[in-house]
Amino acid sequence: MSTVTFLIVSAVKVTVIVTVVLMGVAWATWLERKLLGRFQHRIGPNMAGPYGLLQPIADAIKLIFKEDIVPDKAEKITYALAPIISFIPALLSFAVVPVSDTLTIFGQKIDMVISDLNIGILFVFAVTSLGVYGMVLAGWSSGSKYSLLGGIRSSAQMISYEVSYGLSIIGVILLANTLSMVELVEQQDSFFNWFIFRQPLGFVLFVICAVAETNRSPFDLPEAESELVAGYLTEYSSMRYSLFFMAEYANMIAVSSVATTIFLGGWQGPILPPFLWFVIKVFFFMCFYIWIRATLPRLRYDMLMNFGWKVLFPLALANVMVTAFLQRL
Amino acid sequence: MFDFVKTVLIALPKGFYTTFKHLFKKPVTLQYPKEKMPMAPRYRGLHYLEKYEDGSERCVCCGLCASACPADAIYMEPAENEKGERYSEVYEINLLRCIYCGFCEEACPEEAIFLGHEYEFSNDSRDAFIYTKGQMLANRPTKEKPFKKIIRKVRRIF
Ligand code: SF4
Ligand code: SF4
Repeated sequence: MSTVTFLIVSAVKVTVIVTVVLMGVAWATWLERKLLGRFQHRIGPNMAGPYGLLQPIADAIKLIFKEDIVPDKAEKITYALAPIISFIPALLSFAVVPVSDTLTIFGQKIDMVISDLNIGILFVFAVTSLGVYGMVLAGWSSGSKYSLLGGIRSSAQMISYEVSYGLSIIGVILLANTLSMVELVEQQDSFFNWFIFRQPLGFVLFVICAVAETNRSPFDLPEAESELVAGYLTEYSSMRYSLFFMAEYANMIAVSSVATTIFLGGWQGPILPPFLWFVIKVFFFMCFYIWIRATLPRLRYDMLMNFGWKVLFPLALANVMVTAFLQRL
Repeated sequence: MFDFVKTVLIALPKGFYTTFKHLFKKPVTLQYPKEKMPMAPRYRGLHYLEKYEDGSERCVCCGLCASACPADAIYMEPAENEKGERYSEVYEINLLRCIYCGFCEEACPEEAIFLGHEYEFSNDSRDAFIYTKGQMLANRPTKEKPFKKIIRKVRRIF
């Protein structure tokens, strides 16, 4: 592939993926409100368009027209940067997620992944952990006690869950012998080769840590509406506020895609086109997220820490050891 | 440790199953301005003044409702018509003071004032909440309160 075609193809891929992800983010909010409503015997949004499908657009317009308030005590520059810092990493991790099989268009073989890094998984983990800086900085720069508490909580939570998060996929890597996402998907070619069946404990740990990683209920302590107003985004308004929300949902989609890729066989699946399989699996995962939110109450802070260090961490370590041992046999 | 295992293996799936079950139940939401709850027959909403069949007012401006009113919401001025019957020249209820207790309805010897079923009367000026006699007469529902006959029977006993 010549340099020019490469550039064009990459630009197209990036544009398409970013657009699709942003759309996904918008309608993930709709999905969450709708599903959560049904879980609680409500209807959810139903006024804007059929089934309330235009609700995200209405919300976006509303948020854009809101006044952008910057508190007097805020550190202006950091305050402005924090939403961006938390939003960009959420998008970055899509760079290595293969969404479909290799396509052939105009005689060109095109990988349906923006970049097939040989350290794809590491890249994802590095980038998603960056997002927490956005929260910490937001909490610190707002000059408000609730924000600060939220920021501190998010960093403490991140430290305790990042370890198990990383360890939970070591098992998969040991089995697969690769860090590249594309190769991982290729190895899960039949249903029972999916890593969810070869690494069930790893999958459970991964899901738990992923929920904690994206600050979703029951691990939504940095936001904790009932204790901290809105945690790190208390002082934010308008588009900056919505950037945080987009970051949250983009992170959810990112984590769902990564989980799909690592454990659920990525785009692999019969009959339907590979891309559709990928979307279905991600959708399933997003619904699961919402289901968790509808079911579990928020953990107390000390429980969260206990759970992270005393339960998840040993389990993850044990999982790695057993896998390594079995692999060696 | 045993407790923990029990939580994970029994309580968690149970919780997830419960919420999952509720996902398929019918939502209880009422699309309010479009649909409305049926009110209980004894619901106490906006007042109305009743008339006789021939169209003359029942209220004789005796002032019993005003003295029964715990919120001191009723104001009236009496007058006499050409036949020498008392009627109220001015009869006002301050809806912002009124607590919708229904004591006026109970005190009235003429069965003139009743509390209806209307509850949507918000407004943006305080003056609009001074509810005048004309409005109250106009507010009469076309259908009689179903239990009004019972009220009359009970009144006849005492
Ligand atoms: S309902 Fe009660 S408060 Fe209202 S006017 Fe009648 S007696 Fe007074
Ligand atoms: S409404 Fe009834 S109680 Fe009140 S002044 Fe008229 S007749 Fe008397």
